[in-house]
Amino acid sequence: MNHAPENHYDALVVGGGIAGLQAALDLAEQGFRVAVVEEDASVGGKMIRLSKVFPTLDCASCITTPKMAAAAHHPRISLLTYSRLAGLERAGGGFAARIERKARFVDEDQCIGCRQCEYACPVLLPDADQGGFAARKAIYIPFGNAIPQVALREEENCTFCGKCEKVCPTGAVDLLQQPQEISLTAEAVVLATGFRLMTDYPNRAYGPAARQPNLITSLQMERLLAPHGPYMRVLRPSDGKEPDSVAFIQCAGSRDLNLGVPYCSRVCCMYAIKQAMLLSGALPLADLTVYYLDIRAFGKNYEQFFQNAKAMGVEFVKAKPVVVGSTAEGAVRLRYEDQEGGGGGQEREHDLVVMSLAVLPAAELDPTGLGVGLGADGFLGSVSPKLAPPLTDQEGVFAAGTALGPKDIVDTIVEAGAAASQAAAYLAARRAAGRAAA
Amino acid sequence: MGQTPFIEVNQAIVESGGVDLNACMQCGLCAAVCPWREVAGEFLPRLMIRQGQLGLEGYESDDVLFGCTTCNKCVINCPREVDIIGVMRAMRSLVVESGGAPETLKAVLGSCHANGNPWSEPREKRMAWSEGLEVPAFTPDKEHLLFVCCTSCYEQRSQKIARSLVELLNRAGVSYGVLGPEQNCCGESVRKIGDEALFQKLAKANLEMFQAHGVKKIITTSPHCLQTFSRDYPALGGEYQVIHSSQLLAELAAAGRLPLSASDGRKVAYHDPCYLGRHGGVFDPPRAAISACGVQVVELEREKEFSLCCGGGGGRVWMETPPEQRFSLLRVQEAAAAGAQVLATACPYCVSLLEDSRKTAGLEDLRIMEISELLAENLG
Ligand SMILES: Cc1cc2nc3c(=O)[nH]c(=O)nc-3n(C[C@H](O)[C@H](O)[C@H](O)COP(=O)(O)OP(=O)(O)OC[C@H]3O[C@@H](n4cnc5c(N)ncnc54)[C@H](O)[C@@H]3O)c2cc1C
Ligand code: SF4
Ligand code: SF4
Repeated sequence: MNHAPENHYDALVVGGGIAGLQAALDLAEQGFRVAVVEEDASVGGKMIRLSKVFPTLDCASCITTPKMAAAAHHPRISLLTYSRLAGLERAGGGFAARIERKARFVDEDQCIGCRQCEYACPVLLPDADQGGFAARKAIYIPFGNAIPQVALREEENCTFCGKCEKVCPTGAVDLLQQPQEISLTAEAVVLATGFRLMTDYPNRAYGPAARQPNLITSLQMERLLAPHGPYMRVLRPSDGKEPDSVAFIQCAGSRDLNLGVPYCSRVCCMYAIKQAMLLSGALPLADLTVYYLDIRAFGKNYEQFFQNAKAMGVEFVKAKPVVVGSTAEGAVRLRYEDQEGGGGGQEREHDLVVMSLAVLPAAELDPTGLGVGLGADGFLGSVSPKLAPPLTDQEGVFAAGTALGPKDIVDTIVEAGAAASQAAAYLAARRAAGRAAA
Repeated sequence: MGQTPFIEVNQAIVESGGVDLNACMQCGLCAAVCPWREVAGEFLPRLMIRQGQLGLEGYESDDVLFGCTTCNKCVINCPREVDIIGVMRAMRSLVVESGGAPETLKAVLGSCHANGNPWSEPREKRMAWSEGLEVPAFTPDKEHLLFVCCTSCYEQRSQKIARSLVELLNRAGVSYGVLGPEQNCCGESVRKIGDEALFQKLAKANLEMFQAHGVKKIITTSPHCLQTFSRDYPALGGEYQVIHSSQLLAELAAAGRLPLSASDGRKVAYHDPCYLGRHGGVFDPPRAAISACGVQVVELEREKEFSLCCGGGGGRVWMETPPEQRFSLLRVQEAAAAGAQVLATACPYCVSLLEDSRKTAGLEDLRIMEISELLAENLG
């Protein structure tokens, strides 16, 4: 696996989330050679960090890992993880790319993923891949089913004690490793750079009242619910107590002109319902409340999913609440208007509150430097949003998944397939033209 | 509800200036952030808008429609950017036009009409605050017109704000003057109460006065005058620069033009007035001015955009609020709990209400001070 990068590929995929992996696999299956550039240390994107996925409640790692592995083992795919596109130019009718391979401080070919370095390292840091709820070392394998299973060292917090270097059985640790730049050419590019969440929402909307441990993001809740989560069960971050009541705040930043997000983030209604359902299994006695504006259950079987959650006793309250503080026991205090009950202003406390944060475009959505056109929503734009969504305004550049706008996994997979198919048609046409000219 | 919708009301509100009425998506965030939630009050902006959209009855009462303090908290949070205060103002104007204003506010409006001030005081006494002080009259060679808020002209406690300010201006050698009895109430609160015609009359008179005297720069003592001069008057032809006294004082202090002792060691908390902060976006200059006299700054948790309204805007300063429903009472308690010896602010309404609540709460060790007063005490 992980073939050494070559000089020429048919397609370059930027972003190794589920969109990028699916596009790469679909192209490779058609005989094209593909390089995937992923800035993270593992491929898999957000999906590999989820618990279970709506509406089927499949275990996310069980269905993502095979895709990650399939891409990693595919003879026509090269995965360049912990790498970024440093530059891209049009050259000879295709593209010439410069890719920065960031320093892992561990030799990718020599590392066997045994974790000896990780066990030896004395530095403990919050593990972002576990929502910050668990600790990891300064040198570490990203997570259990990361691909590749290669360690990396975080430079800022390393004390240079050298323990990892000593303990590594293959001599893979190289504390002085430098970033490398490699060049390759490709004839088509697929942008699958994904999304990020509006993590500054609580500060902007709630101010100082937002600073409390039991107010968490939806991705953090995914980790609490995941089979390999930080506590292996759902506990409240502040004191490890099992929460007796959990609430969700919907549209936390979405559909908010004031925050510059006029659009609906599309996935949060469904994942909050999913999380509430999973919680009702994990914490059968807990009160579960979803504060919502309206429930958008648009996909196949989604409305039924919502109805099931209601039947299971999840409470749905039409309101947009604000967080106003915490109680002495650590519960989060919410204030809202009881519209449907006509009860006026209300205050309620929940042991744990989850914010369904707005989906925003990735920080580096278009790393090509070609100036791919954006839509009014700030995501990548399509020149044919209805009939050919993956077509960007740059010839040879296609887009897929949440880089084009918020969407769920089903739509992401479908769009990635469409992007691959259009890129394949483009590549085939170029070849035919080349043959005709010859 | 069981009432019959009366859609003409919706149209009338929109025509009276509540143009955003139908943009509201009924999320209820406004009701959740409204300061009335602090005191279990009745006012729910979302419900008021719903009643307006459908023309349902129930919003006209003093506690509902006239409960709004125009603090702007809902407006800066509304996901649909609804000008909630504009809608409320339009709804009030329909009630006020048909003679339905609350009784106390009728007196306020009547006095503005007759005397050019809301305090039922004679126009001639407008300069009473300046007794014994040297306050120059405005002439075209003066750089600034000092526009003293009606409250600081007439209300005894508030007069000290204007007196302190002129002391500072004199010491800094600022070129300014006043226009005295010629001046009318700025009309900011009048407009929020819903008497649009009276507002237009007052604004027109002031604009003619500015024009006649060649006023190009205005210093206001109240953030309410500041807001209406900078937001409302330009649409009526106003052309001038306007600045709040706290902004000017920050500039003067930074330029070293105020001989301040900078050794006031007191613990001072700052209360952001709604009209300076959330309405005007002026957060830092008042803080800079306070810091210039060497105080220890105490941060309140609810500050800047999250500041707690004193309860005095939108005409509420003239309405009766039972002590347990006064936001200002919560505010002085918050300041005292934070260990502040002085609660400084930059608005005459805030000073009045905070001062009242300080007395109600029996907080003898806490002083309420306008920034000018604090700085004047520190003049070397
Ligand atoms: C809390 C939560 C729960 C969810 N639950 C569900 C669910 O149950 N069911 C469902 O269908 N959907 C769910 N979703 C939505 C799902 O996560 C997305 O549909 C899916 O992950 C989108 O995949 P993607 O590849 O487009 O983006 P991402 O997963 O964001 O992948 C993008 C990848 O590109 C990489 N990248 C970004 N920029 C660059 C760059 N410049 N260079 C190199 N690499 C780059 C990133 O590191 C990342 O690996 C959920 C979303 C959230 C937030
Ligand atoms: S999916 Fe639901 S929660 Fe998310 S933005 Fe849309 S309406 Fe709001
Ligand atoms: S916050 Fe805005 S959209 Fe929401 S109910 Fe209030 S006015 Fe309507």
